[in-house]
Amino acid sequence: MRISPPALLLVLLSACSGSGARPLPATNVVLAGSTSVQPFAERWAEVYAGASGSSHVTVQAGGSTAGIRAARQGTAQLGMSSRALDAEEAAGLQAITVARDGIAVIVHATNPLTALSLAQLRAIYTGQIRSWRALGGADLPITVITREEGSGTRDAFEHLVLTDGHSIDVRALVTAYSGGLRKMVAEDPQAIGYVTFSQVDARVRALAIEGVVPSEFTIASGQYRLQRPFLFVSRGEVTGAARQFLDFVLSPRGQQIARDEGLAPVSLTP
Amino acid sequence: MRDKLIERILLLCAMSAVGTLALIALFIAREGLPVFVNHGVLNMIAGATWAPTKGQFGLLPMIAGSAMVTVGALLMGVPLGLACAVTLAELASKKWRRLLKPMIELLAGIPSVVYGFIGMELLVPFIREQAWLGGSGYSALAASILLAIMVLPTIIGISIDAIEAVPRAYRDGSYALGATQWQTIVGVVLPAARTGIVAGVILGMGRAVGETMAVIMVAGNSVLIPGSLLDPVRTLTANIALEMGYASGEHEQALFATGIVLFVVTLGLNALAGRARRTGHT
Repeated sequence: MRISPPALLLVLLSACSGSGARPLPATNVVLAGSTSVQPFAERWAEVYAGASGSSHVTVQAGGSTAGIRAARQGTAQLGMSSRALDAEEAAGLQAITVARDGIAVIVHATNPLTALSLAQLRAIYTGQIRSWRALGGADLPITVITREEGSGTRDAFEHLVLTDGHSIDVRALVTAYSGGLRKMVAEDPQAIGYVTFSQVDARVRALAIEGVVPSEFTIASGQYRLQRPFLFVSRGEVTGAARQFLDFVLSPRGQQIARDEGLAPVSLTP
Repeated sequence: MRDKLIERILLLCAMSAVGTLALIALFIAREGLPVFVNHGVLNMIAGATWAPTKGQFGLLPMIAGSAMVTVGALLMGVPLGLACAVTLAELASKKWRRLLKPMIELLAGIPSVVYGFIGMELLVPFIREQAWLGGSGYSALAASILLAIMVLPTIIGISIDAIEAVPRAYRDGSYALGATQWQTIVGVVLPAARTGIVAGVILGMGRAVGETMAVIMVAGNSVLIPGSLLDPVRTLTANIALEMGYASGEHEQALFATGIVLFVVTLGLNALAGRARRTGHT
């Protein structure tokens, strides 16, 4: 049982309003769900609050599943999810894509490899390919790096790359931060890892997957395969203050914020 | 009257520390025990597969990992630490002692994240680039070397106290029998100080088992039972720190269960150290 600071704030605020000290603003929007979407939602909320003045947007993390549940139960006007809803979850709910997040497969800048097929990537991560030689490189072992269990990025990677019944090789090194993973790849010429697209920088190189290099354009167009949607989920039509916030997120300005933060926009024709 | 009051207040303070410990133990047990009950203690302690998001909670790789880096650290740290302690307590001149002792105590003051950072920047690439070592550098070996340095102050400090507590008369008797200084140290002083030294080693072990940040940064954290010092390992502490960020439900409980195992190990080590100290004659 963990209480996130925003949730605590909410409790405190409602406690305040209960005692009649200060009523909540009538235009209060609550978002709950994916830890991957959370930082971007907070950024949107920050700019939106600055622009609208009166609106109050609260963002709570708890995972995509919890976010979808919150939307269904009405404890949040908007649930945040970093994965598509399954058939059972989708019933009676509306999912709106607010941005797209690519997952880049990165190697050391000096690595001669430039492209991988999904099958090769799968073979590397399940431990079937252990040497760069099998991929046309030197006869050196591949240092496979992954994120920890429970990480949203790892979860998305497993869904996109591994087929049923396979799991990431236990010999893979594990790190808990994408920044740390990038650093490990940047320092080891034989390393391979995956990070969210916004984390790619000059110290590492992102590989083309199935012939497509990840970029804002290829992610937005859907050509780059390793991507996940960032969704807002609601029960029925989004109305009132939540609608206004959603409109802001989908507006050119909101989409530009997503771009600035390293996400791909919903579409390239705003 | 006033003395009584102060006595009461002090007693209350002392009790609050004990109470805090009891509360922590209770809380960890409450959160972690359900997983043990649902999956069986033996299955968890002896299970080799840790896939918490798929409902598998085998802790054996982490127990093996913790054991390996701790033993590795002691193999390097104990001889070094003992040599240091003997030098400082028996051989060094006053001037050297005044210089060296604060330096060793300073080792204890360096935050573990700094050790980890140095390990990541220097030690890991060094291990990776040695042809006769190989691997990615992130390994039990790297963690053991860091931990060996980190447990030195504990081992040295307590060993010096133990050596200095050996009565003067023992040494005089030894010299009177014609022993050299070295024979005296090996044959008389160290055996007499043995229990104190053992206590220091066990407390150092406790530090090694409990260290988290430095280990996470250099050990590689793979969940596999290590076959050699060059394999990446995950320790019990690293397991909790790595995964607590996103864990929920049973996964979270399993991390508390990891905490229970750690708690038991650390309590056991402390009890051992305490016993070693008490049975020692001074």
